[in-house]
Amino acid sequence: MSKVLMKGNEAIGEGAIRAGCRHFFGYPITPQSELPHYLAKRMPEVGGVFLQAESEVSSINMVYGAAGAGVRVMTSSSSPGISLMQEGISYLVGAELPCVIVNVMRGGPGLGNIAPAQGDYFQSVKGGGHGDYKLIVLAPASVQEIIDMMQLAFDLADKYRTPVMVLGDGILGQMMEPVELDDEVTVPEIPARPWAASGLKGREKPNVINSLYIVPEECEKLNQRLFAKYAAITAAETRWEEYRLADAEIVLTGFGTCARIAKSVVDKARAEGIKAGLIRPITLWPFPAEVYAKATAHAEQFLCVEMSMGQMVEDVKLAVNGKRPVHFYGRSGGMVPLARDVLAEVRKLVAGGAK
Amino acid sequence: MTKVIFKRPRALSDKPFHYCPGCTHGIIHRLVAEVIDDMGIQDNTVGVCPVGCSVFAYDYFNVDMFQASHGRAPAVATGIKRALPDRMVFAYQGDGDLASIGTAEIVHAAARSEKISVIFVNNAVYGMTGGQMAPTTLPGQKTTTTPRGRDKELNGLPVKVCEMLAPLDGATYVARVSVHDPKHIMQAKKAIRKAFEIQRAGLGFALVEVLSTCPTNWGLAPREALKWLEENMIPYYPLGVYKEPAEVK
Ligand SMILES: Cc1ncc(C[n+]2csc(CCOP(=O)(O)OP(=O)(O)O)c2C)c(N)n1
Ligand code: SF4
Repeated sequence: MSKVLMKGNEAIGEGAIRAGCRHFFGYPITPQSELPHYLAKRMPEVGGVFLQAESEVSSINMVYGAAGAGVRVMTSSSSPGISLMQEGISYLVGAELPCVIVNVMRGGPGLGNIAPAQGDYFQSVKGGGHGDYKLIVLAPASVQEIIDMMQLAFDLADKYRTPVMVLGDGILGQMMEPVELDDEVTVPEIPARPWAASGLKGREKPNVINSLYIVPEECEKLNQRLFAKYAAITAAETRWEEYRLADAEIVLTGFGTCARIAKSVVDKARAEGIKAGLIRPITLWPFPAEVYAKATAHAEQFLCVEMSMGQMVEDVKLAVNGKRPVHFYGRSGGMVPLARDVLAEVRKLVAGGAK
Repeated sequence: MTKVIFKRPRALSDKPFHYCPGCTHGIIHRLVAEVIDDMGIQDNTVGVCPVGCSVFAYDYFNVDMFQASHGRAPAVATGIKRALPDRMVFAYQGDGDLASIGTAEIVHAAARSEKISVIFVNNAVYGMTGGQMAPTTLPGQKTTTTPRGRDKELNGLPVKVCEMLAPLDGATYVARVSVHDPKHIMQAKKAIRKAFEIQRAGLGFALVEVLSTCPTNWGLAPREALKWLEENMIPYYPLGVYKEPAEVK
C-alpha cells in the first residue's frame, strides 16, 4: 500500500485499469483530457488498447463494438461530447451491453466553458438518448472514491449488462488528493460473457448484438425486461452517505463537489448551534429516495445545493413528496457555490422556519 | 448417384431473405457467405450490418453479428477488431449509410488502415426509407426527394466513394464491382475474397463497392433494373481496382 498524490482524471484511469479494463476509446475535451493522456501512456504498459477516435460519435460506437465482442471497455468525455454520444448510449442500452462512460461535466449549454458544472444531471439520470431507459449513474466526491468506484462501475455494468456512467465535474477531475493504492495491480476476475459476438468458435447458433425489435410486442418486452432490471438495481444498488443526519432539522443535500461544500457547511452550522445534516447520493440513479422520505421524521426542511439551475432538486422534491419544503441554492455556468454563501442561506432558512 | 453441385453456403442461415424481387442485396449476401465458406473462416468471423434494407443481415449470416446504428458500422467494427485482433471482421453498408451519415466513420477507418473488410452496396438510392436521394444518386435521377431529378445546383453532385477513399494512405484495397450479370458476379466474388484475404494477411483496410439494384424504388422490373445499372451507373461509377497492395496483385 502506498500513498500517492493523484489528479482526479488520472485516478479514473488508474481505477479503470485496476478494475481490469484494457480498452479505451475517446476523443479530447477539457476538463477530462488528462484521463486520455494518462491512459495513452498506461494502457500499452498493461497490454491494453488506447485509441483516439475521430469523434465522440465514433468513440461510443467503438465501445459498442468492443463491449459486444466481450471485453471490459470504457470511454470518457465532457458535456458537449456526451451529447454526441447519446445516440450510441441508447444503442448500448438497447443491446444490453456493459461498459463505463465517464462524464467530467463543464459549463453549458452549448460550448459553454471549461469550468466545473453539474448541468448534465437530467441528461444522465433521466435517459438522455432516445427511448425508455436508465443508466446507473455514480457520483464520486473524492479522488480516493473515484479509484474505488471504478471497480464498482465495471462490476455493476457486468452484473446487469448495462452501461454505467461515472458523473463528476471539472473540480473532481482537476483536483489533486492523496490516495491509497495497492502496490501491485492484480487483474480481477472478469465474468464470462456467453452472449458476446466474438466468433462462433464451434458454437451452433450465432450470437447477435442487436437493438432492433421490429415487432411492437417484442420491443415492449425489451422495455419491460429493462425496467424489471432497473427495479432489481434500485432494490440492491442504491447508495448514499449520511452525515450528522440522525437529529438534523435542516438537511443539506448535493452530489460530488457540492456535497463536499455542503458537508463543510453542516459543520459550520452545527458550530453555531444549527442542527444541520447531509444526505449525499452516491448513486444518482437509482436515486436514494427512501433516505429523504425517512429524514422527514425529524427534518423540517431540505436544501439542495447544486452547480446547475436546479436539476437534482426535482428528485429531492419527489422523494420528500410534499411533506417538507425543499429549497434550492445553485450556481451555474461554471460558477462554484461558496460555503460562506450556502451557510448564509442555511441561517436565513432556519431563521424563517419551515414554510 | 446424385451429386450436389449447388447449395446454400454454410455461412448463410436458412431464413428466406426479405428483399424485394430482383434486389441484388441477396446476391451480394451470397457472395460474402461463399467467400467465408471458401476461406474456412465461419468460426472466426464477426459481421456488422447497419441501418438500411440490409438491417436484417444478422438473421441471414450464419456467423456472429452486430447490428449498428446508421453509418457507424466502421466504428463498431473498429471496436470489435481492436478487442479481438485475430477475428475476421466485416461491415456491410448501404450507400445512404456509408456515404451520407457515416462518411466520417468510413474515412477515418480507412485512414487508420483498420484491418477490416467493408462491403459497400451502392444502389444510388435510399431503399428502406422509401427511395429518397442518396449521396450516390445520379445527376438527373428521380427519387422521392428529387421528384424533378437530382439537380446539381440544389443537391450537389454524387460522392464517388472509391475515388474518394483510394488516395488515403491508409486505404489498402479499394475496388468497384457490379452484380448485373454472371460474369460481373464472378468478378465481384473475387474482389470480396481479396478484401478478406487482405484482412487475413493483416495488410490493412479493404473496401469493395458493389453496384446493386433497387427495382422497387427505381420503379423498374428486375430485368430492366439490371439494364439500368449497366447503362447508367457503370458509366458514372467505373468498375475496377482503385488501390491494391503490391503483395497481393
Ligand atoms: C439516425 C438515423 N437516421 C435515419 C434513419 C432512417 N433510415 C433508415 S434506412 C435509411 C437509408 C438507408 O439507405 P442505404 O444505406 O442506401 O441502404 P438501402 O436501404 O438502400 O439498402 C435511413 C435514412 C435511421 N435509421 N437512423
Ligand atoms: S427497397 Fe430496394 S434495396 Fe431495399 S430490398 Fe427492395 S429493392 Fe432491395
